Amino acid sequence: MEKVMTGNSAVAYGVKLARAQVIPAYPITPQTTIVEHLAQMCATGELRARFINVESEYSAMAACIGAAVAGVRTFTATSSHGLAFMHELLHWASGARLPIVMANVNRALAVPWSLLAEHTDSLSQRDTGWLQIYCEDNQEVLDSILQAYYIAERVRLPCMVNLEGFYLSYISEPVHIPEQEQVDAFLPAHCPAYELDPDRPAAFFGATFEPTMLYRFRRDTHQGLEKALRVAREADEDFHRAFGRRYGLLEGYRLVDAQLVLVATGTSVSTARTAVDRLRDRGAKVGLLKLRLFRPLPADDIRSALRGVPKVAILDRSISLGAGGILCQELKSVLYRADGQCPAVFGLLAGLGGIDVTPDLICEIAERALRSEYPTEEPIWIEVNR
Amino acid sequence: MRTMPAFDRDDFSIPRDEYLYSGHSGCPGCGATLTMRHVLKAMGPRTVVVVCASCWTGIAGYFPTSSLKVPSVHCAFASAAATASGLKAALEMRGDDISVLAWAGDGGTLDIGLQGLSAAAERNDDILYICYDNEAYMNTGIQRSSATPLGAWTTTTPLGQDRPNKNIMDIMVAHGVPYAATVTIGFPSDLMRKVSKAKGIRGTRFIHALSPCPTGWRFAPHLTVKIARLAVESKAFPLYEVEQGEYIITHMPRDRSLKEYLELQGRFKDLTDDEVQGIQDNLERAWQRLMAKSRIATYATP
Repeated sequence: MEKVMTGNSAVAYGVKLARAQVIPAYPITPQTTIVEHLAQMCATGELRARFINVESEYSAMAACIGAAVAGVRTFTATSSHGLAFMHELLHWASGARLPIVMANVNRALAVPWSLLAEHTDSLSQRDTGWLQIYCEDNQEVLDSILQAYYIAERVRLPCMVNLEGFYLSYISEPVHIPEQEQVDAFLPAHCPAYELDPDRPAAFFGATFEPTMLYRFRRDTHQGLEKALRVAREADEDFHRAFGRRYGLLEGYRLVDAQLVLVATGTSVSTARTAVDRLRDRGAKVGLLKLRLFRPLPADDIRSALRGVPKVAILDRSISLGAGGILCQELKSVLYRADGQCPAVFGLLAGLGGIDVTPDLICEIAERALRSEYPTEEPIWIEVNR
Repeated sequence: MRTMPAFDRDDFSIPRDEYLYSGHSGCPGCGATLTMRHVLKAMGPRTVVVVCASCWTGIAGYFPTSSLKVPSVHCAFASAAATASGLKAALEMRGDDISVLAWAGDGGTLDIGLQGLSAAAERNDDILYICYDNEAYMNTGIQRSSATPLGAWTTTTPLGQDRPNKNIMDIMVAHGVPYAATVTIGFPSDLMRKVSKAKGIRGTRFIHALSPCPTGWRFAPHLTVKIARLAVESKAFPLYEVEQGEYIITHMPRDRSLKEYLELQGRFKDLTDDEVQGIQDNLERAWQRLMAKSRIATYATP
């Protein structure tokens, strides 16, 4: 069935189809309608789940953790300040190896207060051990929620599905809603690795002062994330077989003979496609790399996609203050080679603060990068310098 | 010194079943450990304990060991109530009738965890929340909490706590919880009767358990139970319960002197007689306020 819906509704339909059983959630703009939609579904019995009206995002994640220990499928959604408020428990959820799925509607953090889209909220949680998927449109949002459960439960790690505030959260697009039976086949009932059972009492997540023990836990969790690369590919392939749609961990667009590749994530990708088409029409050899999975970072895939490309321009809707765009920092570390055979990397702060990233802006960025031999500044404050 | 009279008149027998192994890592004479031991005797095996950061994080055993014979779920400091709520919701979705016991210290309850606890109580989530109160941050090494009593020395109140402690019972009762009670291991039958009663009630049940701490209160480990009794008998910690808003005194204090209670503890050693009198006056006023709104249980010792 196809329905015109917002990105936030796409989240709610995905969660319903995944048959989440415990949903603690707290409202925050621009995530609010996800909470409302799910509360409604639980109230009417359309979704057989317990909705918990928690008093904060911190408690939302705590309740997800408690519920996930008991082995049920859990879900919550948040944004920006709410995600920051959860920070401690994001570490807890991954350390505890719980397959919690959360939607994060990207929004800038204060100061000053803003409701507009920025990726800094989620990208700055990159070290918490959560898988992170970034969506380009509302169909991908719904599909990614289903894939998130698939991957999370197989690698026993939490997964965050990101969609930009307003650009996706409140803009309506036609979205195909899969049949429940098909989803059930793709995503069978969750079987937790360890069952909470009074007949076989066990302690979950105690303490250790044994450093090598902790070291091993860290390694195991890291390896879980590494395994998630393979599992994410399998999820996408299985999804394609079941529903005819696939996204990949990343997606190259018109990369053949590209002299410059733009790297983007989220909604800027759609805009960049248009820009790349225009640039190609003008004879500029420009391609596009969409980064969909940010954690774990598909480093090998990125390196092969960009092999031999002389210039890379990264559109960042995020900033690590004092260092530069977060995607840019990540991409540079992936592309570094000891033999010096790295592309010139242009780190552009486009879309930061929720600024609209237009095809014209992207064309301008690309043409400027094509003219320059190498970047003379980093980051490039494109909107300020225009 | 006269001997302590019989303190429990009701015939609540204490089961021999143990759900706490010996060899736990509590300090000698740890009141919090005795509290858990007796609470679990009342709760029985179909219980999950949610333990937030506290002394009990260690007492429960270091990975891969556990001192508890029931499942335990460790959680972050401020998250005991919300973790327990989520866990209970999940168990209900599973169709399992398992009691969820949220277990937190005074810091995890009166301070950092109060917001989440308030929310769980307001929703009336079906959890039993027990605050084992040792009246300071003992796991980090004796720093004051909002449960630290007036006059008590801690490492962060080197001149003595200058404010009376927060009344967590009144706060919880104000949420309209179906059951709230104070207990202490000086009165194990009273403790077990209240925990058993709480177990049989649905909704958020709150128990405030005074758990003397030899290490932080500065007393010899063999005095834990005696000090717990004196806390009650001197009105420093009255035993009562609140059922659907009705206050019931479950033990009438025998007017043992507060001085006797305080003198056993090094944390009060610098108090002057005037200060002791001031504390006693405060406690007496609090007792009168409590009496004014309470009835006295038939099984309370006269």
